[in-house]
Amino acid sequence: MRTLSQVWEIAWRSIVRTMRQPAQIIPNVTFPLLLLAINSNGLRAATHLPGFPTSSFLDFFIPIAFMQGALFASGTAGVDLARDIDNGFLNRLALTPMRGVALLLGQLGGAVALGTIQAAVYLGVGIAAGVRFETGAAGAALLFVLAVLIALGFGTLGVLLALRTGSGEAVQSSFPLLFFLLFLSSMNLPRNLISIDWFRDLATVNPVSYMIEAMRSLVIEGWNAQALALGFLFTVLMIALGLAGSALSLKTRMART
Amino acid sequence: MTSRRQVALALAYRQMTVLIKNPALFLPPMLFPLMSFLAFAGGLSRLSHVPGFRYEGGYTSFVFVFVLLQSAAFSGVFMGFNVARDFETGFARRLLIAVSHRSGLILGYALSALLRWATVAIVLTIVAVIAQMKIGGNGIDIVGMYTLAAFLNFAGVLWASGIALRLRSTQGAPLMQTPVFLALFLSPVYVPLDLLKGWIHNVATANPITYLLEAGRGFLSGNPVQVLLAFACGLGLAAFFGIWAFRGLRRAERAAG
Repeated sequence: MRTLSQVWEIAWRSIVRTMRQPAQIIPNVTFPLLLLAINSNGLRAATHLPGFPTSSFLDFFIPIAFMQGALFASGTAGVDLARDIDNGFLNRLALTPMRGVALLLGQLGGAVALGTIQAAVYLGVGIAAGVRFETGAAGAALLFVLAVLIALGFGTLGVLLALRTGSGEAVQSSFPLLFFLLFLSSMNLPRNLISIDWFRDLATVNPVSYMIEAMRSLVIEGWNAQALALGFLFTVLMIALGLAGSALSLKTRMART
Repeated sequence: MTSRRQVALALAYRQMTVLIKNPALFLPPMLFPLMSFLAFAGGLSRLSHVPGFRYEGGYTSFVFVFVLLQSAAFSGVFMGFNVARDFETGFARRLLIAVSHRSGLILGYALSALLRWATVAIVLTIVAVIAQMKIGGNGIDIVGMYTLAAFLNFAGVLWASGIALRLRSTQGAPLMQTPVFLALFLSPVYVPLDLLKGWIHNVATANPITYLLEAGRGFLSGNPVQVLLAFACGLGLAAFFGIWAFRGLRRAERAAG
């Protein structure tokens, strides 16, 4: 069996397994929407701050729904793989000619599928709720692509955690740490309006800020090449590092078994 | 075991022992409030410059009270997870057979939640003081603030226990935490009630947590407001969810045969 076919077989299994768990999908899709509805109203007063880049907090905040969705997708990918490790599926797979790269890429199928559904829903709901893209339809399409890539990137981190720990509980316990990255970013205010120095410094060195700012630029600024380049760069780096780390961890785990 | 008090104390002792032996169980209830506090106090302090924002204690104090209430509610909700887990492992069914005063079980879980939250509250307060939170209230005011939070902790554990006793499965976890999360965030989290506009202002006005929050903020700044209303809301929530939890206990008893 060729590598591509192997990737597809595992990816299809991962997608089917994810889609068969509506209890997992529905909260993952709806929770960021609820937060979007609440925060876009609760923080609307922030638009009165001098220098705030837009008069609509919904436009400013909508990228956060994509980010939260991606974080939830990472949990799905990690917990599913941890379950495979726990119930011996990975061990049985190790006895087949399945290549490691196929296993890794395939396992991310569920996360990418979930990320794609989430991105489509958030984009549709956002536009219906009045979000207007300064970059037009092309910008919306690019945001969709970036959101799916970010879901893939966080998915690789979920897989990495699962391979290193082999425990669904450990993956779930690590979830707050990933959320921490989102909290310590420019999610609620632009970095130039963050008045606490240490927080602004943390947000500046946090790659998540640049992913958010790339998506945000498409909505409220227009085509900002620097923001987009940084956003895509950090996303691709996260995917590459996540996959590299996962590949190393897979080797170790296969050796153990 | 004969008296209700003995049942409650024995169960609380057991829950605390489990917690001490499994720090991983303690991590999420501790991390989430700290994360929220750092993100809100650090990232949103510029909101105190929004025209019409009036709070004498400064933004760190303003946010601290919300995070304190959030930690109280969620410490209660996380205890609901333990109740559900005890049913899944069969421990709770054995308890139902063993004890003569079963209402002591709910009191025991509530006492555990209170002890767990007390630990979180101490750490959170230390962090807030390090972050230069201004305390304008006197000793009685501060006791008033923590008492209001304790009411919410009690309401949280009773709500979550009611769900756990009905479903007797950890799969009910989203049902325990999502409404609490929404109720908390549908209050004036980031700015005072006067600055909320539109539907969220109406919802926040009808939300009892708003009055706990506003009174708590008043206590911390040394200008108590709506104290009677806040205590009535706290007592009302605890009483209402108390009935909910005890009815759940009756259902669990019937299911156990």
